[in-house]
Amino acid sequence: MLTDFGKVFIFFLIGGLFVAAGLIAAWVIRPKRWYPSKLSTYECGEIPVGDAIVKFNIRFYVIALIFLIFDVEVVFLFPWAVVFKNLGMFAFIEMLVFLSILFVGYAYVWVKGDLEWDKPAPQLPSINSKQLKISTPQTTPD
Amino acid sequence: MSIEVIIFFLVAISAIVSAVLMVIQRNPVKSVLFMIVNFFCLAIIYLLLHAQFIAIIQILVYAGAIMVLFLFVIMLLNLGDESLLKEKANFRKMIAYLLSGVILLELIIGIILPPNTFLQTQSPEAVKIGSVEAIGASLFNNYLLPFEAVSILLLAAIVGVVVLAKKKFK
Amino acid sequence: MELLISVIKIVVVMGVMLGIVAYVVLLERRLSAAIQNRIGPNRVGWQGLLQPIADVVKLVFKEDIVPLKSNRFIHDLAPIISLAVALTTFAVVPFGDKINLFGYDIKLQIADVNIGILFILALTSLGVYGLTLSGWSSNSKYALLGGVRSSAQMISYELSMGLAVLGVVMIAGSLQLDTIVEAQAGWKWNIILQPIGFITFVTAAFAETNRLPFDLPEAEPELVAGYHTEYSGMKFAAYYLSEYANMFVSSAIITTLYLGGWQVPFVHSFGFSDFWIGIIQVFGFLTKVILFVSFFIIIRWTIPRFRYDQLMNLGWKFMLPVSILNLLITGLVILLLS
Repeated sequence: MLTDFGKVFIFFLIGGLFVAAGLIAAWVIRPKRWYPSKLSTYECGEIPVGDAIVKFNIRFYVIALIFLIFDVEVVFLFPWAVVFKNLGMFAFIEMLVFLSILFVGYAYVWVKGDLEWDKPAPQLPSINSKQLKISTPQTTPD
Repeated sequence: MSIEVIIFFLVAISAIVSAVLMVIQRNPVKSVLFMIVNFFCLAIIYLLLHAQFIAIIQILVYAGAIMVLFLFVIMLLNLGDESLLKEKANFRKMIAYLLSGVILLELIIGIILPPNTFLQTQSPEAVKIGSVEAIGASLFNNYLLPFEAVSILLLAAIVGVVVLAKKKFK
Repeated sequence: MELLISVIKIVVVMGVMLGIVAYVVLLERRLSAAIQNRIGPNRVGWQGLLQPIADVVKLVFKEDIVPLKSNRFIHDLAPIISLAVALTTFAVVPFGDKINLFGYDIKLQIADVNIGILFILALTSLGVYGLTLSGWSSNSKYALLGGVRSSAQMISYELSMGLAVLGVVMIAGSLQLDTIVEAQAGWKWNIILQPIGFITFVTAAFAETNRLPFDLPEAEPELVAGYHTEYSGMKFAAYYLSEYANMFVSSAIITTLYLGGWQVPFVHSFGFSDFWIGIIQVFGFLTKVILFVSFFIIIRWTIPRFRYDQLMNLGWKFMLPVSILNLLITGLVILLLS
């Protein structure tokens, strides 16, 4: 007896076997001639500056939190969609109430500006002729 | 032993091993990885209990959404040298050991004491409960109020997110 | 016996799939060449047909470079996660009806999981790790930015994807992909019944596969190669392959959900035997998938890339409300018709 999930698992194993075979074959065949400058990270040919793991914008974290909440909402919609045809009008109104309560939350997030993503304002480099200083645009990385 | 029991023990052991590895890992990203492995093992155990919906939710919401959030937090905080995080207060450690020991004892007693419900086969009715159709039907017939209450809970969570984000931002 | 049939089926499907994916790479190169008025690779074999083999041989012999300060274990693991997730998704996609071969009834689907759609969504949500972890472990600024961008992008469009697919679930009343295909018999394809859902799902699929116009994680002008900047050799090949595998598998899923799956209209009116109808249906499915893959490729070479704020705005402020609206309209129509 093999359940359907068992078949998925075998599929996964055989797929993994294909991938592993490729990786191991390459590991055996390929040359291994390393030296430090070859192993440094790519930074347009320069020597890398500072630590690569920078602290990035908090908006990514906020987006992930909001996503988590809406993901739970979507998960609740699946059992509803499956039985919808049998339950009819009643289930529709129930879901309308559920969605409208969450829509308030969605509207709140939108109004509070947490869905806004900073539009990079065009910053042209300007040349100050008196001090001979070129100011380049300073933008935060996204 | 039926094949289900063998699978159960394999998965249960790997769940425990991955949980232990998650705790003792110094590198937080590796901890996250082991936690995902642990969630997978739990999902397989749910599948063995014929609770397919819960199993897939375990992966979709926990492994797919919550752990992404964890990863974001780790990358956001950028802890750097993890060896600095070593716990120094031994007092707290002692309480943790004590509590986990008590829970372990409780589990052992629960398994050993009669009525022994360990390794019983499921009734055919119980098998049907876990399907998405059954959950949908009971959600909209018997558990309407809790279902609507969930939406309020989620709304509160959304407001919480906005408030938290604002505090740190400006 | 059942086990043996399953294993044979799995090996055959896996082999055919990897072959097709390798040739999708060639298809992309030839098609893009045609669009840009070039010739494209045509030297290895007739019309360049042996090019994928030459590429693999080249990549096998390439040195594997792992940056010094990177996390070796996670650096190795990330491409494997990416490729495994991309390939495993195909396990639940039905590519034909039952077929009778040597006296055995063989179902042309690896696993008929009764929560098929949720399975696909769950695996899609795991695909994020392949990209994020590669970005984090490389210890490279470009890779990190690519990884973070990709994860935010993928989780944003996952919501619209889940909501769009709900319309299909409501019509079929099931999460099983086999039932969904059978519900589309004749001309009742979901692309006709669910036009808004189709458009949102396809858009989300483009974003999930990180294809242009949504390829911000590897935007060449700003991020070099994004999350796989620091990958080389076979690990790079794994990423490359997983991109095309993702494209193939999402085309297969879109075909199954919206384009009637393996259903071929009017096939029964020609009086073929059941066996040949089965074969025609498999080829019908493959034709639809390859056509959709070509659509993916043509879009890539004709539409410019979004800016990141445009991408997030589209996902959160347009796709999400529209897909919820689609859900409500579908519900109302079903109620009125019943």
